[in-house]
Amino acid sequence: MTPTEHGTDPTAAERRDRFLSRRSVIEMRARERAQALLDPGSFRELLGPFDRLESPWLPLQGIVPQSDDGVVIARGELAGKPAVIMAIEGAFQGGSLGEVSGSKIAGALALARRDGEAGKPVLPVLLLETGGVRLQEANLGEAVVAEIHAEIIALRRHVPVIGVITGMVGCFGGMSIAASLCSYLVVLPQARFELNGPEVIEQEAGIDELDANDRRLIWSLIGGEQRYETGFADALIEDDAESLRRTIRDLAVQGVPARHRTEAVDDYRRLLAKIDPTGPLDGPGFRQIWPRGEMR
Amino acid sequence: METLNFEYEAKQPLTRRAHVGVVGSGDLEVLIEPSDKPAANVRVRTSVDGYAQVWKAVLDRFFSHFEHAARVEINDFGATPGTVTLRLEQAGELVKP
Amino acid sequence: MSAAAPLSNRGRTWFDALADGAQRIETGLGSLLVADATLTGERVRLLAVVPDPRNRFPRARHGELGLEEGWALARHIRDAIAADRADAKRPIIAVVDVKSQAYGRLEALLGISFSLAAAVDAYATARMAGHPVVALIVGSAISGGLLAHGDQAHRLLALDAPGVTVHAMGKDSAARVTRRSVEALDALGKTVIPMSYDIRQFARLGLLHELIAGIDADAPSAGQIAKVKARLAAAIADIRVDPGDLTSRLNNAEAKVHRAASIEVRRRLAEQWDAS
Repeated sequence: MTPTEHGTDPTAAERRDRFLSRRSVIEMRARERAQALLDPGSFRELLGPFDRLESPWLPLQGIVPQSDDGVVIARGELAGKPAVIMAIEGAFQGGSLGEVSGSKIAGALALARRDGEAGKPVLPVLLLETGGVRLQEANLGEAVVAEIHAEIIALRRHVPVIGVITGMVGCFGGMSIAASLCSYLVVLPQARFELNGPEVIEQEAGIDELDANDRRLIWSLIGGEQRYETGFADALIEDDAESLRRTIRDLAVQGVPARHRTEAVDDYRRLLAKIDPTGPLDGPGFRQIWPRGEMR
Repeated sequence: METLNFEYEAKQPLTRRAHVGVVGSGDLEVLIEPSDKPAANVRVRTSVDGYAQVWKAVLDRFFSHFEHAARVEINDFGATPGTVTLRLEQAGELVKP
Repeated sequence: MSAAAPLSNRGRTWFDALADGAQRIETGLGSLLVADATLTGERVRLLAVVPDPRNRFPRARHGELGLEEGWALARHIRDAIAADRADAKRPIIAVVDVKSQAYGRLEALLGISFSLAAAVDAYATARMAGHPVVALIVGSAISGGLLAHGDQAHRLLALDAPGVTVHAMGKDSAARVTRRSVEALDALGKTVIPMSYDIRQFARLGLLHELIAGIDADAPSAGQIAKVKARLAAAIADIRVDPGDLTSRLNNAEAKVHRAASIEVRRRLAEQWDAS
């Protein structure tokens, strides 16, 4: 099957072929996602299940640990270029990061930075399927998330750091800050991306502030398409592994952006000043005020 | 969390290792590795206490046709016996010579 | 929601104590205090996030780190970086008493994660540019509030006093989310150290540079303020000798015991990084 070139309408046969060969990323486990992104034969997992680096803290609380603590670190090539995929397993403890899983990510970012400084750039890709810090490891989870932030900020000066949020867990908590620090963010419509989980907002601020069961409302505020349309994500793609791989490849080719979002301080302050916090504002209304493209 | 240990007779060595599954709600992960002991040693860590007999029944059945010297680890988060059997079979297929 | 809980004044108390009459820099926000003060003869930039009942955003009136606070922190840190580009890098001191990030619908819609990330970025950028960055925890340092305001510092210092607590989630919220009682959480914190709300247990994790004892966190005497200033100055001097990055939180005696897995993961990753 020949991939369609950008700007060329696919024929009916090509569209059918692509549909039939589509592979859902959402349905894949973390390990499969990493395998799907790396060039065939190049996948090499570091600190995999048989290294048995588990959480020292979960068994103390009667919680069954996972052999890889819920994060897969895989080196290989992505479209021929050296890459490291850091994939969070959303099915284990909601993808929350503990001491070991967080250290796998922070350590991989640090090694990518070391290689970059030695003239051997490695493309870092974060597959973010996470509720944030693992409450059962609280302060050690928080500490390692801070280390992840530090590593992304240092690393993104030399090589673009690419974040991917697919769903269905989404990206929340301290790792939403990590996503916000990425050079480029790829999202699916099924993604949700926000600092605070809807349940926590409802719990803290009341159901009138936010009804966590109102799925349409949630996605209209923090869903992938909304984030893309308001300039908080760089690419909105369909749920297909090959589309994701090509999108990451194309973003990597653009290199380090001239300015990261978190550096556009005055622009965002100016836009916030336009908002009346006492007036009603919904997803579509916000798109009118902050259409994508205005920020880049 | 309960930890259960089982041991089964082994008749052949193993040359490959395999890992399947995830410790998610209603699921489990299984790790099978070659062992130099002439037995299959199984450690089960499960989030649901009190089902030792059910584990024994499921494992007895699997190991009646899996006769390799292996170190087997199971990390379980409330899977049904059917799911446990499925995962064991998946792992068993992957280490078949 | 603990709207009835008294607002904490510690951030303002300690900001004023350390500023010692130095002129405030206009931030446009009642919730963000910034001043360039003098500490042992050197100019330092102080920053504190404090409660402001008149905050424009209703969900950020009790000392939470909200949309405007994050971007404003970034602005005032970056101003110091720019001003000192060809000059001596003034130390940056985060005075930390933040109960959490702001929780609300507007915050979600308007991208509060980016606001906090902007503050994280600014502090880290200052650190990497050669500014000694120190966090002084005088009250609560919780979750996103800590990540954005203090956690990128070279060194974390905390007062050894009641009400000083570092955690990933406030106790009441954590109790609700985990469906445990507050008492059960406290008990858990005794055996699972990273879950403890006790600052002395936190100190055992190797993340704190110093726990400063003998201080009344709510109403410090002149002598106690002088002591804290001295400890801040010592931390700044220590940073200048060996700045490093956040890995200093792994290279100490406490970390070798309670962050052993963190050290082991990094060691084995480095071993496996290049294919053998």
